[in-house]
Amino acid sequence: MKYFGFIWKNVWRKKIRTSLTILSVFVAFLLFALLSAIGYAFKSGVDVADAERLIVIDKITLINPLPMAYKNRIAATEGVHSVTHSSWFGGYYQDPRVQFPQFPTEPYEYFSMYPELKMPQEQLDGWARNRQGAVIGRELAEQYSLKVGDRIPIQATIWTKADGGRTWEFDIEGIFETEDPRGSTAFLLFQYDYFEEARAFGKGSVGWYILRVSPDSDPVQVGNAIDLQFANSPNETETSTEAAFSQSFARQFGNIALIVTLILGAVFFTLLLVSGNTMSQSVRERISELAVLKTLGFSDRLVLGTVLSESILIMLLGGLLGLGVGWLLVQGAAQAMGAFLPGIFLSSQAILTAIAVMIGAGIVAGIFPALQAMRLSIIDALARA
Amino acid sequence: MSETLATLTGVSKTYQKGKEKVEVLHNLDLEIARGDFIAIMGPSGSGKTTLLNLLGGLDKPTSGTVDVGGAEISSMSNSQLSRWRSTNIGFIFQFYNLLPVLTAQKNVELPLLLTNFSGSERAHRAGVALGIVGLEGRTDHYPRELSGGQEQRVAIARAIVSDPSLLLCDEPTGDLDRETTSEILKLLQILNREHGKTIMMVTHDAQAAEYANHILICDKGTLERQEAA
Repeated sequence: MKYFGFIWKNVWRKKIRTSLTILSVFVAFLLFALLSAIGYAFKSGVDVADAERLIVIDKITLINPLPMAYKNRIAATEGVHSVTHSSWFGGYYQDPRVQFPQFPTEPYEYFSMYPELKMPQEQLDGWARNRQGAVIGRELAEQYSLKVGDRIPIQATIWTKADGGRTWEFDIEGIFETEDPRGSTAFLLFQYDYFEEARAFGKGSVGWYILRVSPDSDPVQVGNAIDLQFANSPNETETSTEAAFSQSFARQFGNIALIVTLILGAVFFTLLLVSGNTMSQSVRERISELAVLKTLGFSDRLVLGTVLSESILIMLLGGLLGLGVGWLLVQGAAQAMGAFLPGIFLSSQAILTAIAVMIGAGIVAGIFPALQAMRLSIIDALARA
Repeated sequence: MSETLATLTGVSKTYQKGKEKVEVLHNLDLEIARGDFIAIMGPSGSGKTTLLNLLGGLDKPTSGTVDVGGAEISSMSNSQLSRWRSTNIGFIFQFYNLLPVLTAQKNVELPLLLTNFSGSERAHRAGVALGIVGLEGRTDHYPRELSGGQEQRVAIARAIVSDPSLLLCDEPTGDLDRETTSEILKLLQILNREHGKTIMMVTHDAQAAEYANHILICDKGTLERQEAA
């Protein structure tokens, strides 16, 4: 620590140059924070997936519905413990630009399928009793200041009602939460019976089935057995684990992880060039000073260490600032986009990775100038000065 | 009989200049008494600075041995030499070579970073050294805010702050006007006479050399001793 003041002074010897370098580091780590959070959001569905839950969708596309009649046949398949279904409603509340998911489903079956969702039993019973009832997640309730007893109108973008109307009104009967901090509660569930009765088209169909396999059954075998049952039918199925389903859903938006990696790779490569150049200039400008330090008794390793520390300090200054601002922006984005993109979060793993990258980039950017400083001949340097 | 601080025995130094070998010092023998003040004079390229570099452990002889304060520095490794220099030698350069980003106080504290002294102890010792050179009131000034003479005083304070026995001065007044030169040389005399520092000073200035006890004339790699006027 006794060298910190000395290192700090050297870092700021050219204030404009150092500020610009720190700014470039800041931007790089701000991007890192934002892209990591977005990547995490796309990955969180996979992380919270239950290995014993399978999803059955139409083999061609998730958009194609499946017949309601499949439910009993799936339930009768060996190894299936329980089954329920869900569908994409695709409506909006208040602002068409800010949407959150709504799913028609079976109250008891759904909560039995997702035990991680917690809601008081009386609220579940109340929902099951009220055909126009709906339940919402805690995130949604807080975002829109909704409470049990409120009536919420949802404007349909797909499912018009049989009477031609587009407004679906629901009574909020309950608010659920999740035990998994990575899981989202920014969605609304309502009764399938009401959906089936009131919609203008598509009757007798569901979007997808969700099933739980028996503990002693192999999910892959169960999935294959289900798909085999419906082979060569008008609605062939594709059954996959919940994790694989989440992954394929995320892939609809492209390979997010690859995109994030490529962008960050380009950013950090440029960053290394910028900061490496800064450190090289900084060392070139003070060859005689470094020679004086060695003359005073600073060892080669100490000179190497001080130059490397300068490089790492620049990275940490810009990086932590970028990470901090990124964290604030992610917090804001989570509030504003939580319903549309749940799970947007700057994880502690991403923060630790970022700090490791800062230190690593500091070493890489500073190592050649530091080695040059370490190998400096006092006699030559003083003679040149 | 005065105690010997440094001994050079059969020291030669040859540099490679392109394909040519240039012998700067040739089979040199020299004894430097503790507490002496020696001026080294001679034409450019005669080996004055090389001699200083060898005594300060900045360079190693091609042959022969250099012993300073009982330590044979010519056989030390680079890291050993670094440690040794930090406690045994004070360097004073022609162009002061202060670090522009540090104040006078912090420049003087610099060699003490290599010790185990606390921050307050370092500050105290640097303050004492600056007091000796008469710059108590300039501790917070940066080199750019000081005159040449003041900068050299700070450099002298830096050289003495770790209390080395030998001060090596390479043309310490070469960049100063006559009046300031006189002040700096008087200061070196005080350090020699009152603080017991052994001083080896390279200079081209015959008047400056007169402040020394002895003058060594360096020419074509050999030394000749003269008494100061």
